Amino acid sequence: MENALKCDPYNLIIAGVGGQGNVLASRVVGDMMIHQGYKVTIGETFGASQRGGSVMSHLRISARGGFSPQMPKGKANMVVALEPMEAIRVLGTYGNPQVKMLCNTRPIQSVGVICGDQVYPEAKQIVQWIESLTADAKFFDTTHEAAKLGNPIFGNIMAVGALAATGDLPMSLKVFKDIISKKIPADKVEVNLKAYQIGRSLIGNR
Amino acid sequence: MSSILLENKKGFEALLMGNDAISRGALEAGVSVVTGYPGTPSSEIVEQLAKVAHARNLYVEWSVNEKVAMEVAAAGSYARLRSMCVMKQVGVNVAADSLLHIAEYGIRGAMVLVSCEDPGALSSTNEGDSRPYAKMMEFPLLEPGDFQEAKDMAKWAFELSEDIRSIIMLRSVTRLSHASGNVTMGELPVVSPGARFECSGTPMDQMIGPILAFPTLIDSQRRRQLEKLSKAAAAFEKSPFNTYTGPEKPELLIIASSACQLYVREALSILDLWSRVGLLKLGTTWPLPQKLLGKHLSINERVLIVEEGTPFLEDNIKVLAAENAKQVGIKTFFGRKDGTLPPVNELNPDLLINGINHILGTTYQPVSDAYSSKAKRITAVGAPDRELTFCPGCPHRASFWLIHDVFKLDNRSGFLCGDIGCYSLGAAPCGFSTIKILQAMGSGTGMASGFGKLDQFGMEQPVMAVCGDSTFFHAVMPALVNAVHNQSDMILTVLDNSGTAMTGFQPHPGTPVGATGISLPMVDIEKLCRAMGIQVEVSDPFDLKGTRKIMLDLLENGGSPRVLILKQPCALSPGKKGEKKFEMSIDETLCLADQCGCNRFCTRVFKCPGLIWNTEKKITQIDEVLCVGCGVCADICPTGAIIAGEAR
Repeated sequence: MENALKCDPYNLIIAGVGGQGNVLASRVVGDMMIHQGYKVTIGETFGASQRGGSVMSHLRISARGGFSPQMPKGKANMVVALEPMEAIRVLGTYGNPQVKMLCNTRPIQSVGVICGDQVYPEAKQIVQWIESLTADAKFFDTTHEAAKLGNPIFGNIMAVGALAATGDLPMSLKVFKDIISKKIPADKVEVNLKAYQIGRSLIGNR
Repeated sequence: MSSILLENKKGFEALLMGNDAISRGALEAGVSVVTGYPGTPSSEIVEQLAKVAHARNLYVEWSVNEKVAMEVAAAGSYARLRSMCVMKQVGVNVAADSLLHIAEYGIRGAMVLVSCEDPGALSSTNEGDSRPYAKMMEFPLLEPGDFQEAKDMAKWAFELSEDIRSIIMLRSVTRLSHASGNVTMGELPVVSPGARFECSGTPMDQMIGPILAFPTLIDSQRRRQLEKLSKAAAAFEKSPFNTYTGPEKPELLIIASSACQLYVREALSILDLWSRVGLLKLGTTWPLPQKLLGKHLSINERVLIVEEGTPFLEDNIKVLAAENAKQVGIKTFFGRKDGTLPPVNELNPDLLINGINHILGTTYQPVSDAYSSKAKRITAVGAPDRELTFCPGCPHRASFWLIHDVFKLDNRSGFLCGDIGCYSLGAAPCGFSTIKILQAMGSGTGMASGFGKLDQFGMEQPVMAVCGDSTFFHAVMPALVNAVHNQSDMILTVLDNSGTAMTGFQPHPGTPVGATGISLPMVDIEKLCRAMGIQVEVSDPFDLKGTRKIMLDLLENGGSPRVLILKQPCALSPGKKGEKKFEMSIDETLCLADQCGCNRFCTRVFKCPGLIWNTEKKITQIDEVLCVGCGVCADICPTGAIIAGEAR
């Protein structure tokens, strides 16, 4: 097998808030990689809060395998953030000057923000911070685009599409189609394919 | 969308969650009876096996609690079927009484206890470590170190169990159970098990006698069990799940079990220390493989022991080293006890890197100081913690609001004893910090039963307990019987949301279905309580006014136990998801915001994530994405600015 990874292991973090479909997105990427012969470890934390808490998946993609489900600090190669505040949180622990970022700009306010104890940072400020901590960052409003498809949850698959468009990982439409058809009910495949395609086209749009 | 667990191409490789790998291993071993009680991070095992129960001719049940789950699985084993019992670490404590007796007697068909534990208490009220039970109750313990091993060792556990006729514990941790990795499948066997309980022999005929834990039999039964342990130890000496990687004579030997071995591998690669440090990965952790350990101990002076939980391996390896001091010599041990690794909380690769650096004097810096201090500065202001909260439209928010409210109105310093479930968050700000005692399953009601008897010592505070519907059956019933019989002055509020919500809506005896989706009779909580002779009220927590009145009446009329059942399905329950009862909106002319005097009650105090505060317009708004349309917030706005309209 030819190793098409930019580095080995390729360390990907998919972050968001409970309820955004983070876990499915990480499984889809993981399955796509395994389908092509790679070894994948995915670590994720869920359980305490079904919704509203920070959720993070660590994907360790490699030709040889054996990596920990918890990524060591400062080792992310790519961060896909389904929520902007979570993007910053991830960089705090796993960021490094070479890391790349794909970031949904639509905030999900935490309870602390709702009740006035915390301040949600301004959109411009978030972009500036993320740019200062990454080598390359792209921003898009997947929530908005996904809502047009009927449900903001499709933002997760859109983000997977955007990840594919970066070319960092071998992620063809055909492999995506094979994988998603096995993972979700048949009547949902079409809309997910659409979400994936929209995600691919979002790269570069500010 | 057929289950990956049924894939029958030998050598097929797939991304499996650790829990699915364990399920697959059980299927490859020809398991027939599967029981358990839901608990993170264990629940997926029974859930996924329930989905293939029909295809694989399994009997799968969610039992009322872990002790009964253990007994139902044991019945399978005693009828010569291969059985498995699954629970989280705390469940083993509930099951412990039965476990002791099953271990002491031995089994017939293979019996495997799977304990999925939660180091770091990521979704638990404790960091319990069940491994000491293996030593205390004398049965073998296995700890898989990765996803492939989770599958392979689960399968092997059944074989070993039947070889030595003993129960086997397979211990997983969150970072294995809830993580995923490549697993190569084996074959699914063709099995046609027949069940029959033989009891024609004498009590010492393990396979055909009556199964009796009589005082006069214990001496022989324990001797028999100790022989089985010796057989297990012999098998462990040759086990492929114990492996050594590293130089012949390393400067440091690391002995690691479970997912920790992955952290060690990662740390050694990052520090580039594979030429200096050796890793003995142990998959069989009780009884210890003495010869194997003796061999490695004798060529290493420094030994770091890496494990999740308590220093179980560490203590036992030290005993082994002391017993064999003449052969292995004097060692320096590092681990959780000397501070090389933290004494509590789960481990990770960075903690291993620190620990190894501490021993060898090596150094490592993942990113420059400049980057990390900038990142730290930005994160501190840019990413404040997301406090845990109830979901939008969660009935618990309304229930705790009411309890909090009536205690205040009652004005006698009443307090609430909590229990285990999503509603444990009643102790947090999202539940208005109403819960003041939170410990084990069922203990809220037991404690309330106790507090309710302290009036003779001058206690005048009213006491209430809450429990969920699944918890009610699991451990609250005996506590409630206790309260009734002893006429304790307490109120039990059952937060009935129609399922085991926290762990993913597993059915329980109060729901009309079983694990596999079959229709089953439901046990009615209200009727049960009435049959105990208790005053019972039933209400909808979304009806704030009506429920408040009932609660106040119950508080006033004390002297004996009273039960209030608050019925409202979980906002995420499959039957409710996506269905809005109301379309919520804000009448911007009515929201007076900071001029109101309500002090932004809806967003500052009630704090449903479906409500957001618009800092520019200075009014409350509905978050269309999150709001599920339960309508409760319409009742709490003093100016009526929150409108519950017809659902579209």
